[in-house]
Amino acid sequence: MTAGLWQNWVLPGIWITVQLLFYSAVVATAVAFAIGMARTHRSRLVRFLAGFYTEIFRGTSALVLMFWLFFVVPPLMGWQLVPMYAAVLALGLSYGAYGAEIVRGALNSVAPAQREAGVALSFTPWQRMRLILLPQAVPEMMPSFCNLLVELLKGTALVSLLGVGDVSFAAYLVRLATQDSAQIYTVSLVIYAVLAFAVTRSMKALERKTKRNIGIEPEPGLFGRVFERQAQDKVTGTTMPGGAS
Amino acid sequence: MTSFDWSAVSDFMPEFWDGVLITLQVLVLGSLISFTLGLVWAIAFRAPTRFVRWPVNVFTEFIRTTPLLVQLFFFYFVLPEWGIQFSALTTGTVAIGLHYSTYTAQVYRAGIEAVPKGQWEAATALSLPPHRTWMAVILPQAFRRVMPALGNYVIAMLKDTPILLAIGVLEMLNQARQFGGQSFQYTEPLTVVGVAFILIAYPASLLVRALERRLVR
Repeated sequence: MTAGLWQNWVLPGIWITVQLLFYSAVVATAVAFAIGMARTHRSRLVRFLAGFYTEIFRGTSALVLMFWLFFVVPPLMGWQLVPMYAAVLALGLSYGAYGAEIVRGALNSVAPAQREAGVALSFTPWQRMRLILLPQAVPEMMPSFCNLLVELLKGTALVSLLGVGDVSFAAYLVRLATQDSAQIYTVSLVIYAVLAFAVTRSMKALERKTKRNIGIEPEPGLFGRVFERQAQDKVTGTTMPGGAS
Repeated sequence: MTSFDWSAVSDFMPEFWDGVLITLQVLVLGSLISFTLGLVWAIAFRAPTRFVRWPVNVFTEFIRTTPLLVQLFFFYFVLPEWGIQFSALTTGTVAIGLHYSTYTAQVYRAGIEAVPKGQWEAATALSLPPHRTWMAVILPQAFRRVMPALGNYVIAMLKDTPILLAIGVLEMLNQARQFGGQSFQYTEPLTVVGVAFILIAYPASLLVRALERRLVR
């Protein structure tokens, strides 16, 4: 593979993939929190509508939704979405529905006494959600969100079928140019694996941060473990709880 | 602004049912592959030597964190270069089965770890040979726990079958796309396919939830 192919296709492809991941993660997070909180709402109607949304978007495939937004919406509505936006919208809406289930589960797992304490202090429902429930629920969501984000990263590869120039699309073009599939497809698989590793690591860091915010001392991360081991060797052989944090 | 054309829906029906058949075929065979291969990985995770455990861990983690689409292209374009030629349908089924086997492996792993330690010790005390320990003691207890989770992955696999259109497998979505290409009517076939996915996936997820209540207590 020549340098020109790298510079013109593969590197911009990586950038497009990262952008897609970022934008659709933002959309998905917004949808997940809105729908997930709506599923714990007092009103039956709100709960039903939110449940309906999750079942519809979890029931259908992200790729079908993407095709639908790309081919069906333009003639029905009279306007055309840029492929990139159609992709972000489809990914955000369907992965948001998965995220909503995570948010709902985490909100339900907060001890009921916490909510009751909020009622006793006459917090408004929104204050209870913002000040009591969410800070405790968010660290619970982090491991599941981490998995979902890796799924979302894998989902971004689908956009190449709509002609968005991401890593998979670049791989396709390079294959046509070089007639050598093994090399470029191995490279692009490795690119995705590295991106996924970066995503997992940053989500782990975020999880530790959110835990520390509510006073739970998290397990040390990758670097924390290294420092902890050094601290142990140098001094008396006992470790400080939590290590260097 | 065009309206929904019901005659296009009825025109699409023959192709649609062909697509449903292919989708279900991929789903059933892919599930079988993922169930068996996942079990192989799960047992390899517990191998006595790290020379087996580590490569299997790295391999499954790699498959699990990379997109199915790119893996499909890899199998479809690279294997023929090495002289192995399969049809698109076979390649797609094997790829989707392999991809999901890395998920089922995690499910089996959790299921096996949930079997109480005393069961292993009892098998050792009775000096059962390893294959009897697995087949007669551990796996029957693990299967009960993993059934609902496996069901969820079958549903997830159903929703990933449209990806096979990238290598030209004529499953539901590809049939819709082809029909749209010929008649310039995309709205109707794509809507039919979208609704069909919900109609299959939603009852299936209700079934899995019922199974979960029955088996996991």
